[in-house]
Amino acid sequence: MIIKNKAIIEDDWQVLRLQDQETAEAAIVPNGKIIVPLKVWLAQRAVLQQRNDIGVWFASDERPENLAEDVHRFSVIAVDFPKFSDGRGYSIAYNLRTRLGYSGELRAIGDVLRDQLFYMQRVGFDTFEPRPDRNINDALKGFEDFSEVYQTSVDRKQPLFRRVVRQGMGAVGFGDD
Amino acid sequence: MYCYDEYDQRMIDERVSQYRDQVRRRLSNELTETEFLPLRLQNGLYMQIHGYMLRIAVPYGLISSRQMRMFAHIARKYDRGYGHFTTRQNIQFNWLKLEDTPDILADLATVQMHAIQTSGNCVRNITSDEFAGVAQDEVVDPRPYAEILRQWSTFHPEFAYLPRKFKIAISGAKEDRAAILAHDIGLSVGKNAQGETGFRVLVGGGLGRTPVIGSEICEFLPWQHVLTYVESILRIYNQFGRRDNKFKARIKILVKALGIDEFRRLVEEDWLNLKDGPGTLTREEVERVASFFTDPTYEVLTDHDSSLKEFMADNRNFSNWMKHNVRPHRVPGYAIVVLSVKKPGNAPGDVTHEQMDAVADLADHYSFGEMRITHKQNLVFADVKQADLIALWRELSKLELASPNIGMLTDIISCPGAEFCTLANARSIPLSKLIAERFESLDFQYDIGEISLNISGCMNACGQHHIGNIGITGVEKKNHEEWYQISIGGAEGNNCSLGKILGPSLTFHQIPEAIDRILQVYLRERIDEGERFIDTVRRIGHTPFKDHVYATDFTEEPIKPDDKDGVVAARYAVPFFSPRF
Repeated sequence: MIIKNKAIIEDDWQVLRLQDQETAEAAIVPNGKIIVPLKVWLAQRAVLQQRNDIGVWFASDERPENLAEDVHRFSVIAVDFPKFSDGRGYSIAYNLRTRLGYSGELRAIGDVLRDQLFYMQRVGFDTFEPRPDRNINDALKGFEDFSEVYQTSVDRKQPLFRRVVRQGMGAVGFGDD
Repeated sequence: MYCYDEYDQRMIDERVSQYRDQVRRRLSNELTETEFLPLRLQNGLYMQIHGYMLRIAVPYGLISSRQMRMFAHIARKYDRGYGHFTTRQNIQFNWLKLEDTPDILADLATVQMHAIQTSGNCVRNITSDEFAGVAQDEVVDPRPYAEILRQWSTFHPEFAYLPRKFKIAISGAKEDRAAILAHDIGLSVGKNAQGETGFRVLVGGGLGRTPVIGSEICEFLPWQHVLTYVESILRIYNQFGRRDNKFKARIKILVKALGIDEFRRLVEEDWLNLKDGPGTLTREEVERVASFFTDPTYEVLTDHDSSLKEFMADNRNFSNWMKHNVRPHRVPGYAIVVLSVKKPGNAPGDVTHEQMDAVADLADHYSFGEMRITHKQNLVFADVKQADLIALWRELSKLELASPNIGMLTDIISCPGAEFCTLANARSIPLSKLIAERFESLDFQYDIGEISLNISGCMNACGQHHIGNIGITGVEKKNHEEWYQISIGGAEGNNCSLGKILGPSLTFHQIPEAIDRILQVYLRERIDEGERFIDTVRRIGHTPFKDHVYATDFTEEPIKPDDKDGVVAARYAVPFFSPRF
């Protein structure tokens, strides 16, 4: 079960993780819908690009630019959080959405917990695989923590100060004039 | 000062609910301590020796009397009757219970306060010049930009799990009073030759284990771009900052590794995507926020008050206080008053709930109901009528907040140290008391003149010892003794410099004597009284100081190994013995 667009749904994508000693070149990619490590995609691109049931996932130290020309081939891209405290995945997601223009499903995998979901959805994730030992229904509450935000990100192109009229204390000069 | 609108208020109210639920899940073991840790840290809650410590954000150090009374309330109701002002212009409470903390945050939210991002690997409280808005040398008031940055950084979704903590300071005066060279990002807002407002942007400064002076990444950034430019710096840091070693994770290490030119190239490459986009500040927004920082209703007055002069001539304590604790104000007839939270014998920065309530009343009466917390752990009344100075001095004297020692030897900056903090190697506060008592004589302090003394209990440098003229760092505890290193030559301000370690470490009881020897060298070597301690150090170098400090043995005070309380001649409520020793 995963969360997609704030609803719990069945999911038939598998995530391929390399075993110790296993190389990207030699890894066997099974049949069926499968999300492979970026390096497996890069190593076996010639073969894998024949298939239409392949997704790709980023480790937190990998760069979105490495996928640049291929990004629009995929209907699923995932970003792995090895630890919830490793925040690189947030910038990977942001860059995939804003710099590479990726518009397909963007999935958070790994150490994905309720208390990070609000921020994750803001930077462009729309699908979440919460850690299996946690109650997935409970995780849904994480999206509702805040009803308003100050700054721009993938979900909000305009900052609060451009979206709403906020009251000051009366007119003041700027000091530049 | 800034007042929350419905949006600001709703966000902190929702934060209280979110946090209350997180604490509930922790107490019911739904969350492990490991999972709860980064959540509580982003709410300023640390596990310390005696229990939980809560650090409350005081954005750029500015608070109202109403907020100060709330601190008094928290100190009384949830703590042991006092709080501790920090070097980052915040306040900490050291003796809290986890289950009380949601209520404390709810209480704080009623006075537009919170503890958001006061710890954790995120953008911390923005600090600024304690004299912002009233200093004679101010070019641009930094407070509106500090508030704009506060809002921008609050709950920033991309930068909540950075490699390490991230500190931003902003100054708008000719003299830097916000230590902008010692921050992850330092901003100096000013004017260019055309009179346009913009920022000099510094990056990669910081203290801690590896002290570094910040490098200039942008000489003049027009004000519209400050949020997007800072965003790009954070994005580069979030992706490339080291995460394999906590001690090499600050942005200064990344800037050093890449070099400032390569770092700038990466930032500006990212920034090209944001420049002039929707994150760009608007004139309307800056003016809206600035409208909260307009002048109070000053009376039209002049600077010359003959009764002050007469009273100064009659009263040496008052004239000392005028000379050291009162600063010129940009408006005639007004003055800036620094309240000394450094009475010798008291812990630097500790204020009791009675003092808090009384200070709040005085601020209402004498300074438009507002005050500031300084990075030197004192308080400031920014807008006092000169005609009120005598009355205010009398009131402050009763509260023991009028020690005429601002900028002097006993105006010591100190972290909480090993009695409270699990990171510290040694105690800080008892050492600061020992030093303050030894050099309590005002005549001696005035003879020494301007000097700064900073104490940190470990190399994490919360006492900012690297930029103290004399810096003391706790390095280890062994054989029933605490050992400290002394460095000299550090300074903050425009001529920021990092202190250099003098020699082998010394024990708790040797430190005051060592400082005495350092000061003897200064008194012997200075050209005249006009040459400050730091100037002499810079002129003659470390060697004469080192030679004299280590020339002869130190006399040890007898220590009974079993009598741990006996180590310190303390008039202090907290026993020396803590579970760590």
